[in-house]
Amino acid sequence: MRGETGMHVVVKDAVIAALVTALLTIPLIGLRLNVESTGLVLRTEMFWPLTAILVVFFGRLILPFIRRPTLPVKIPTEKIIPKIAEYRKVWLGALLVFAVTLPFTPPGGSMLTGLTMAMIYMLLALGLNIVVGYAGLLDLGHAAFYAIGAYTYALLNQYYGLSFWQALPLAGIAAGFFGIVLGFPVLRLRGDYLAIVTLGFGEIVRLLLNNWDSLTGGPDGITNISKPTLFGWEITRRARGEGETLWQFLGVDFVNTYQLIALYFIGLLLVVVAVIVIDRLSKMPVGRAWEALREDEIACRSLGLSPTMIKLTAFSLGSMFAGFAGAFYAAYLGSVTPDSFAFIESAIILSIVVLGGMGSQRGVLLAALTLTLLPEFARDFAEYRMLIFGLVMVLMMIWRPQGLWPASRRRVELPTS
Amino acid sequence: MITADETILTSARENRPTMLSVHNLQMRFGGLSAVDGINFHVKEKEIFAIIGPNGAGKTTVFNCISGFYKPSKGEIVYGGNDIAGQPSHKLARKGIVRTFQNVRLFRNMTVVENLLVAQHAQLNTNLLSGLFNTSRYRVSEQAALSRATFWLNKVRLRDVANREAGNLSYGQQRRLEIARCMITHPKLLLLDEPAAGLNPQETVALDVLIRDLRETCGVTILLIEHDMRLVMEISDCILVMEYGQPIAEGTPEEVKNNPRVIQAYLGAADE
Ligand SMILES: Nc1ncnc2c1ncn2[C@@H]1O[C@H](COP(=O)(O)OP(=O)(O)OP(=O)(O)O)[C@@H](O)[C@H]1O
Ligand SMILES: [Mg+2]
Repeated sequence: MRGETGMHVVVKDAVIAALVTALLTIPLIGLRLNVESTGLVLRTEMFWPLTAILVVFFGRLILPFIRRPTLPVKIPTEKIIPKIAEYRKVWLGALLVFAVTLPFTPPGGSMLTGLTMAMIYMLLALGLNIVVGYAGLLDLGHAAFYAIGAYTYALLNQYYGLSFWQALPLAGIAAGFFGIVLGFPVLRLRGDYLAIVTLGFGEIVRLLLNNWDSLTGGPDGITNISKPTLFGWEITRRARGEGETLWQFLGVDFVNTYQLIALYFIGLLLVVVAVIVIDRLSKMPVGRAWEALREDEIACRSLGLSPTMIKLTAFSLGSMFAGFAGAFYAAYLGSVTPDSFAFIESAIILSIVVLGGMGSQRGVLLAALTLTLLPEFARDFAEYRMLIFGLVMVLMMIWRPQGLWPASRRRVELPTS
Repeated sequence: MITADETILTSARENRPTMLSVHNLQMRFGGLSAVDGINFHVKEKEIFAIIGPNGAGKTTVFNCISGFYKPSKGEIVYGGNDIAGQPSHKLARKGIVRTFQNVRLFRNMTVVENLLVAQHAQLNTNLLSGLFNTSRYRVSEQAALSRATFWLNKVRLRDVANREAGNLSYGQQRRLEIARCMITHPKLLLLDEPAAGLNPQETVALDVLIRDLRETCGVTILLIEHDMRLVMEISDCILVMEYGQPIAEGTPEEVKNNPRVIQAYLGAADE
């Protein structure tokens, strides 16, 4: 079946993927500056990077052979909504079971905070993927909408006592609304303007939050934000007010890990819903329009599609998911400060989308997980890491612009008669 | 759905209602006058051709009518309004739809998806009804697919419906582009050199298709074409342009025998 050239492509693909992994993992987890009696010592710890590189290399090598026979996905009838093929259901089911049991396994248990942060980045990147991946718009200020979502919940909770689930839709709506307000004037202009304006907007939002002391608490931010509830039960040690905690209900003694597990599940739920909703959007008329617009804006206009409106739906929906992520972040951490929403956050989210594969949800999920779990990735961003990271991005753009795990496009097909 | 329309009016050209009239159209690019002093009237359900040597300004006239350029001067009256300078997507929704000299398909999308995108304005695009897969949404999508099937059969592309549009042969791409226009229910269809790159059989088939569109869909057709056999055969009226200016207008017979036209065509080295 596969000729020489096919094999060649697969090997090249695996080598590139392994190289990218090496560039990411060696500086981030392989090299460590330790303070010892003799002064600063550079320690190398190659076990985990090597493992990761080998896994990626062989994984990419065999992947095409595993999934080969199942492609292309054919849609049997004239139904527009393609049925998820059986094999995909099995895969997704297995993945979900894995995600659900993960916190109860020893390695999962020790990484709970990291995993929950990964969920937040997944939500953010899934939203940005609509804007960048589907609609082809460059948005450098995604963190602004993240901040709007976070502060919407923080403020509503602080001033009006709204619970997480009450405030969640409002946080999404607020972020989406600002997306519309910002996008409407800008999206009629050429594409590059959007990048500049969103970049500026991101900074303005951060500065505003930083300086509007009376409302936002300034640089100290807002603290003591309520944790979300799970099916109506509180997940904290003691319930606020009358309520009962989940732990009292279950009759177990509170341990901090329980709360982390509950938060992990809420994050997981949000991610699963986001994946399903966005997957569906991409197959609806609006999703087709995004794709068409990315391919040929002039042809779109000649057929009566309004580019501004279509870009606006992508931009505001993408921002809305950032708003959800923000609300969850505020609830998860219990506090928000403006510097959690600096430009670097926008850059990280964009990198996740580019690294995973623009327009590929699975790629974005994988990249979010990888980049958040690499230790200290987001927190302690030393200069050289930034440099390596930029290098990886450039190399990706040259060699693998479709990302690490590009989506195989599922197409609408008519049955052949 | 397409309704079989009345047959073409047979009365004299002047007595038929006007679909589009262009008055004193001018389009300048810096110092260059690409189009200057163009006047013409397109009657309902006729096939009106614009011909002329390369660089005469024919495509520029199309770009002005379809809203891709804002004319420097002049009026374009359609449906009782001056539409000069209106955005192209609004004009498309008012029924002015065009093809492009170098075909512009959504090349990475399938043939049938190209036809679905073109129906965007007619579909149920409510996000919530799509997300909840309401029955109205499903009906809307089904209808879109059956309209697409209808047009694929009509332009003989049913067999390649699931191919990527970019992989079609040139002739197939041209036909898909026409189908993609027609599925939007246009009133005025602008075809920019539809026969360019087609072989003789395909050109004959195109001739039949264009007449069929006019007769069964009642669409008015404005056509730019270099293939004189095709133009002379199907046009009701022809405008000849040279260096942005009109040099003749009339029936194929009149234009063929016009000395200025003969001179322009003999004089133009590349024709
Ligand atoms: N956007 C533009 N900017 C500058 N000049 C332009 C532009 N569009 C067209 N022109 C010029 O206007 C003139 C007319 O071009 P146009 O494309 O309308 O000719 P045409 O009659 O369609 O020719 P052809 O038969 O080769 O398609 C040409 O000299 C062309 O270079
Ligand atoms: Mg032209």
